[in-house]
Amino acid sequence: MIWQFDIIILIFLVITAVISLRVKDLLAASMVFGTYSFLICLLWAGMGAVDVAFTEATVGAGISAVILIATVYNTRRDSSD
Amino acid sequence: MKWVGLIAVIFTGGLLLSAMDDFPNWGDAHSPANASPVSQYYIEKTIEDSGVPNMVTAVLADYRGYDTMFETVVVLIAGIAIMAILRVMNGVPGGARPSPAHEIGDQHDIIIGTTCRLLIPVLQLFALYVIAHGHHSPGGGFQGGVILGASFILTAIAKGLDPALERLPEKRYVKLAFVGVVIYSGFGVACLLLGENFLDYGVLQVLLPTIDAAEARSHSMLGVEVGVAFTVSAIMFAIYANLASKGELEGGL
Repeated sequence: MIWQFDIIILIFLVITAVISLRVKDLLAASMVFGTYSFLICLLWAGMGAVDVAFTEATVGAGISAVILIATVYNTRRDSSD
Repeated sequence: MKWVGLIAVIFTGGLLLSAMDDFPNWGDAHSPANASPVSQYYIEKTIEDSGVPNMVTAVLADYRGYDTMFETVVVLIAGIAIMAILRVMNGVPGGARPSPAHEIGDQHDIIIGTTCRLLIPVLQLFALYVIAHGHHSPGGGFQGGVILGASFILTAIAKGLDPALERLPEKRYVKLAFVGVVIYSGFGVACLLLGENFLDYGVLQVLLPTIDAAEARSHSMLGVEVGVAFTVSAIMFAIYANLASKGELEGGL
C-alpha cells in the first residue's frame, strides 16, 4: 500500500460519510453512499483482500445503491430531519 | 438531546481510538489472527486438501461450508420477506403475477437501450466467468450472482420492468432462488448418503471415478458456488423488481 493514496482515500471516505448523512436529498445520499462503498473497496483492494473488495464493489457500490435509489423513487425524496 | 448524542459519540470514538494502539500492525505475522493454528492450517494445507489456489474460496465453500450455505438461505429469506412485506403493505393480491405482454423499447431512450444491449451480454459472460473461476481467482458465487442479477436489473432500467420480467418472470426467479439452495444442500446430503459428514466433499470422488479426493473437493466447490449464484442472482433481481414497483411488478422506474 502507498500511504499517500491511503490518506487521500481515507479523507474522501470521511467526507462521503458525512455528506451521505447530512444531505437532505435522499437520492443524492444514496449515490454518495455508493461512492463510500467504492472507496472502502479501494482500501480493501490495496490491503490485498481482493475477494472482499470484489464483494464490496458488486454488492455495496453496485446493487445496494440501485436498490436504495429504487426505494427513494417509490417513497419520498426529501429527508425529514 | 443532540448534545447527549455528541458526548456519547465522542466518548465511544475516544475509546476506540485509544484501543487502536493494541491492534497488531497490518500484515504482522505474529498477530493473533495470523499466528493461530487454524490460520496456519488453512495456509499450509489448502492446496494439499483441495488443490484450490484461492484460499478464500476454499475457506468459504469447503472448510466453512455451513456458513456459506446458511448465508445463501439468509439471502433467500430476505428476498422472500421483502416481497411479502411489500405485498401485504400495499394490499397486492396473492399468487404469482402473470408475465405481462408488452412491446419492448417504445417509450425508452434509444441511446440507453442500445448501450445496454451491447453491455448486458458482456456483463453476463463476465458473471459466468466470475462464478466458474471463483476457486482459482478472486470471485465466486456471491459476486458472480450479483453481477448476473445486475444485468437483469440493467435490462429493467433501460427498457422498463415489463420486458425484464418477460425474460425472468416471477415464477421463474422464485424457482431459481430455491433451486440454488437445493443445489448447495444437495451436495451436503450427497456426502451424508455416501457415509461422511454433511458438506465433507472428499467422499464425492466415488461419483467420478477418474478424480481423487482433492479434485472432488475442488469440483464440489464449483458446484456449490453455482448454487449460491442461482439464489443470489434471482433474489437480487426479485428485490429490485419488487421495490421498484411497490410489489405490483408493473410499471417500475
